[in-house]
Amino acid sequence: MIIANNVSKKFGSLFALNDFSVTCNKGECIALIGPNGSGKTTFIKTILGMVVCDSGFITFNGSNIKNDWQYRSRIGYMPQIGRYPENMTIGQVLDMMKDIRKSAQQQILDEDLINLFNLKPLMNKRMRTLSGGTRQKVSAALAFLFNPEVLILDEPTAGLDPVSSEILKEKIIAEKQKGKLVLITSHILSELDDLVTQVIYMQDGILCFHKTISQLTEDTGQAKLAKAIAHVMQKQ
Amino acid sequence: MKKVIKYVIIDILRNKIMLAYTLFLLVLSLSIFSLEDNSAKGLLGLLNIILIIVPLVSIIFSTIYIYNSAEFIELLVSQPLQRKTIWMSLFTGLASSMSLAFLVGAGIPVLIYQADITGFMMILIGVILSVVFVSIALLAAVKTRDKAKGIGVAILLWLYFSLLFDGFVLFLLFQFSDYPVEKLMVAVSMLNPLDLGRIMILLKMDVSALMGYTGAVFKDFFGTQAGMGLSFFVLLLWAVVPVWLSIRRFKHKDL
Repeated sequence: MIIANNVSKKFGSLFALNDFSVTCNKGECIALIGPNGSGKTTFIKTILGMVVCDSGFITFNGSNIKNDWQYRSRIGYMPQIGRYPENMTIGQVLDMMKDIRKSAQQQILDEDLINLFNLKPLMNKRMRTLSGGTRQKVSAALAFLFNPEVLILDEPTAGLDPVSSEILKEKIIAEKQKGKLVLITSHILSELDDLVTQVIYMQDGILCFHKTISQLTEDTGQAKLAKAIAHVMQKQ
Repeated sequence: MKKVIKYVIIDILRNKIMLAYTLFLLVLSLSIFSLEDNSAKGLLGLLNIILIIVPLVSIIFSTIYIYNSAEFIELLVSQPLQRKTIWMSLFTGLASSMSLAFLVGAGIPVLIYQADITGFMMILIGVILSVVFVSIALLAAVKTRDKAKGIGVAILLWLYFSLLFDGFVLFLLFQFSDYPVEKLMVAVSMLNPLDLGRIMILLKMDVSALMGYTGAVFKDFFGTQAGMGLSFFVLLLWAVVPVWLSIRRFKHKDL
């Protein structure tokens, strides 16, 4: 569904992505793992067209994303740090996004997370007054709101309390079972265990490996993802 | 596109600065007109103040607005919207609210006291200048990533267009006073939208005699329909070209 071909991106003299090629298919739940500054967020941003790659290209459902913008109506994106217009209320932000995305595609809204996170009573609060966790809840609710085929979640559980991150995890599993493609980055490997089916490990913008979980456990002899990754990192 | 413009305009209107700017222009123009017994003289006084205030507010407000909308822009870019649409909506929202503020603040008093061709010319030039400086602000804001630097660049650009350029022209004029440079001056004035606007209004006021021989050359050029048409065309270029350049840059910008 999403294919990256030899994508490179330089920030100054630093390679954020270096000849990066990867294929992501429908129904997969992929974990993007790597040390800080290994290019995970840059890769996500190139998929969304927020960062324009220097060379190489990315295709979405077979068509190059470079001059396309409609493909973004099929993606739900939850940024690492949700930044919203400070003087808008939660309700206004949600309404604005509904308004903007409505014409692109007629679909049923998925308001599960708004209800589960109990955001309804907070609708009149301005974005600048929100705590980091509540902001994160708004980001998550927005990502799932339009029933997208692809979910891109950048550190989804960072800043969420245990109850909320459990709610989010269950939601992610439910969406995965509907056959959607889910891309997750996280540093908390233990919570990825019951979510992901595949792992992309990257370092300094280079793809180290792209394996299914079963293959990874076979290669490393470790059942838990955290241990398996630690095993890989130590070997390097 | 309409939807994004709607949100930009709502956001700008919620900002009290726009209201303050409108009221300031309104009080200023009304007091100038009521101080002078001759409304033509009042118009001349208003012209000089407007040529300073309108570009200043347009360029500074727009630059700061673009930087403050960084989150909004980031949010929109990850949505199914074309970058061109987002940028044009910001431009349209800013340009229309600046123009509206000018129309209400200065346009209404001018229409009350001096509703003739000169008055209309002044309103038209004021609106075009508002748009021109929004356009220049967009270019300045997209080129520099740092907020403080971007606002500094905007202030310097304003200084250049309203003060430095005139000094530069005077310097050239004195240096080459032995040569017939009057025709050249017409071309040089095209390089500054403020000068162009000022000359076009002054010539409509029939005070070009004050400008000496250069004034006569100006009258020969700007007085004709072709000259007037060309100057309007150049003014419009000043509004279109910077925003076009900024769109090209914005399309490839990393957010």
